[in-house]
Amino acid sequence: MPVTRPHKDLRSPRPLQERLISNVLLACAIVSVLTTAGIILVLLVETVGFFRVVSFGQFFGDTEWTPLFARKRFGIWALISGTVLTSAIAVAVALPLGLLGAIYMSEYASQRLRRVLKPAVEVLAGIPSIIYGYFALTFVTPVLQRVIPDLAGFNALGAGIVMGVMILPIIASLSEDAIYAVPDSLREGAFALGGGKCAVIRRVILPTAFSGIAASVIIGISRAVGETMIVAIAAGQQPRFSFDPRVAIQTMTAYIVQVSLGDTPAGTLEYRTIFAVGMTLFVFTMALNIASFYLRNRVMRGGVL
Amino acid sequence: MTRVDRQRAESEAGSSDALASPKMRVEDLRAWFGRSEVLRGITMPVAERRSTAIIGPSGCGKSTFIRCLNRMHEVVRGARTSGRVLLDGEDIYEDGVNPVRLRQLVGMVFQKPNPFPMMSIRENVLAGLRLQGIRPKNRDDLVERALRQAALWDEVKDVLDRSGSSLSGGQQQRLCIARALALEPEVLLMDEPCSALDPIATAKIEDLIHELRKQYTVVIVTHNMQQASRVADYTAFLYLGELVEFGRTDRIFTSPSDPRTEAYITGRFG
Repeated sequence: MPVTRPHKDLRSPRPLQERLISNVLLACAIVSVLTTAGIILVLLVETVGFFRVVSFGQFFGDTEWTPLFARKRFGIWALISGTVLTSAIAVAVALPLGLLGAIYMSEYASQRLRRVLKPAVEVLAGIPSIIYGYFALTFVTPVLQRVIPDLAGFNALGAGIVMGVMILPIIASLSEDAIYAVPDSLREGAFALGGGKCAVIRRVILPTAFSGIAASVIIGISRAVGETMIVAIAAGQQPRFSFDPRVAIQTMTAYIVQVSLGDTPAGTLEYRTIFAVGMTLFVFTMALNIASFYLRNRVMRGGVL
Repeated sequence: MTRVDRQRAESEAGSSDALASPKMRVEDLRAWFGRSEVLRGITMPVAERRSTAIIGPSGCGKSTFIRCLNRMHEVVRGARTSGRVLLDGEDIYEDGVNPVRLRQLVGMVFQKPNPFPMMSIRENVLAGLRLQGIRPKNRDDLVERALRQAALWDEVKDVLDRSGSSLSGGQQQRLCIARALALEPEVLLMDEPCSALDPIATAKIEDLIHELRKQYTVVIVTHNMQQASRVADYTAFLYLGELVEFGRTDRIFTSPSDPRTEAYITGRFG
């Protein structure tokens, strides 16, 4: 069939609709970037306001955190230690369980079982964290108290364990992705060299998937550091520089909740503390996210892991 | 195989020492993926310290066949076999045979070079031993010997700590051969080892096979008939899961007894 269309058809302008859609999408993208920038700006302004009154030395050189009391002290380490302690307990729970679960799902389970198990694990991630919080306070802590009699009602241990259960699906699912993505040719090569299954997993598959597994753990830690409800409900509100998991502590997030829910007037120094703490928290999670981003990039480039 | 062929193969066997007491003997080997039967009863010997080529068109079952010789076929889900494969007279499919131990004696090189990316060249050579939990004392000697045997030593002796995947495709494949040789296997299976390589790298591997067959029993799958005629002492032609013809390579290529073999090697199909 001969082409009968006149040539000028080739020059027709892009339809209005196309340009409109492209602009609308651009606007959406800009809104989300601007929102993030706005939040960081507010955080920065208030943090600067805070550090006009409180010195870096007072903030980073002290281990007492009592900004709401008459004798004010601003040692952020008291809150950082709480965050680090609960997150460490969470990782101690979630890393072995998540990694072993991921190995099972990827290397041992049948395809059919894997298709059931993986979504089932991911459902755990859909449970609202407030439910985990009450679970930690009203179930896990009483059970633990039978084993550890001097465990306080609010404590880092119960909250940390439950937080570990919360980040378990993240670590299990993302690690499973990384392990499953190891090419079969490497498995075959290892089996053909006379490796038993365990040896092949340990010496070839896990090292190859290392970046992806590390990224999953870092994302898990990042979630644990930023987690608020569980620690606010079950870990207590007593900032103290201590790594004793049996007693009540306070995390950075829980402190922000405490002040935000209270009647601290805006613009006061007490009010500004939550921005300084928020900034510290933001630096933590930002660093973790950058690390995991970097690791995942290495995985995607597919070269030497 | 027809009866005449079999007699002919046996008379060839009689005339050559190599087939009188073969290293391996395949007897009525059948293999399935799920319900489809990809090998339909194959019987043939594998001569010791000789190279045997398996040729045939795509999908004829040659890769499956070679993977049955070190029980790699069963690694795939839904794959199973029947029949016997004798290694030095012992059936490798018998109960009690540990496939892990078997694969130490019967090494394998794959179609696509698959060095372990997170290991250095040195670690790749030692990978088989590490996988078996062996930490040899004379590691450096072992690495050098395997790399020399694989004709790779001169190219990599100064960069042994570099990643295995930093090498070219042909070097990677020779690294995989070194990795297999480091275990001092008795049989070396090669599943189209040159199909991912350029002609120069291919020539190097072929030269290597010439050397290796003096010391090892080599079985090589290839879709390249020139390659089979260059590197193999014996050739088996597989078609649709059946062994059509087996014999000395020169005989197969000059006077094939089965019209299908002749049609294949003259390029009329495949």
